[in-house]
Amino acid sequence: MITSFLFYTFSLILVISALGVIASRNLVYSALFLVLAFVQSAMLWLLIEAEFLAVVLVLVYVGAVMVLFLFVVMMLDVKSESLKDNFNRYLPMGLLLSLVIVIEIVHVVWFRSQDVISVLLPQANPESYSNTQALGALLYTEHVYAFELAGVILLLAIVAAISLTMRRRPGLKVQDVPAQVNVKSEDRVRLVKVPSNKDSSR
Amino acid sequence: MMITISHYLVLAAVLFSLAVVGIFINRKNVILLLMCIELMLLAVNFNFIAFSRMLGDELGQVFVFFILTVAASEAAIGLAILVVLFRTRQSINVDELGSLKG
Repeated sequence: MITSFLFYTFSLILVISALGVIASRNLVYSALFLVLAFVQSAMLWLLIEAEFLAVVLVLVYVGAVMVLFLFVVMMLDVKSESLKDNFNRYLPMGLLLSLVIVIEIVHVVWFRSQDVISVLLPQANPESYSNTQALGALLYTEHVYAFELAGVILLLAIVAAISLTMRRRPGLKVQDVPAQVNVKSEDRVRLVKVPSNKDSSR
Repeated sequence: MMITISHYLVLAAVLFSLAVVGIFINRKNVILLLMCIELMLLAVNFNFIAFSRMLGDELGQVFVFFILTVAASEAAIGLAILVVLFRTRQSINVDELGSLKG
């Protein structure tokens, strides 16, 4: 009973915040609504005992990805009113398409296959069960190759993001460290023999 | 009434279609398009986790782990491209990005 109550509460907030993401006027509000949606999803994942992924969702998405989004949104000076002018033009088409998607999926998973997949979720795991341990046992043994590929993908993302956004401005005054280190004393001081002023008649 | 897997599947469908609507009505704003893609990936993850729980197989959750990895790197690269784009064009309007077209 309490599970149903929590499920409906969290999913209501999740749907409302998804609506906020797509409909709010300000990009910062959209990003913050997306944070709320991720937190609610983490709650829902906790409810079906995917604890590790819930924690990862909060850490990675709320902690890193959405901070990146907010950073970019605030760094770019976007005039959002010029990006919203065709709000109503495509709304009927989008609503129609999404209604078709929802009706089809609800038709399949709710009405047509009530007896096939609409089983109750299994009983709660025993107290000694650790979701993190089970995932780790699977990830580090059977799927270690894919795990290392994921690491390569993250490295690729780091290299791509840094090399894309780093720029060298032409007129910038920077230190030339190798030249500073390799400098000789002859380069620094130039001894000039100045002829002594013999005729001081003038 | 207990919560069944169908509840989770319908919730994921609603989330996915909201993201589709978002792509339709915000098709000029690249940042919002990226956010809607994140919402879609979240909806997909819901399906994976629900089925993984129903079947008692953690493989689905391993899959979600990899989806999260790829989605995070996709967001990072997408935002980096966006920053470069904004530097060169002073705009993130999708309609003005056709300059590479023939």
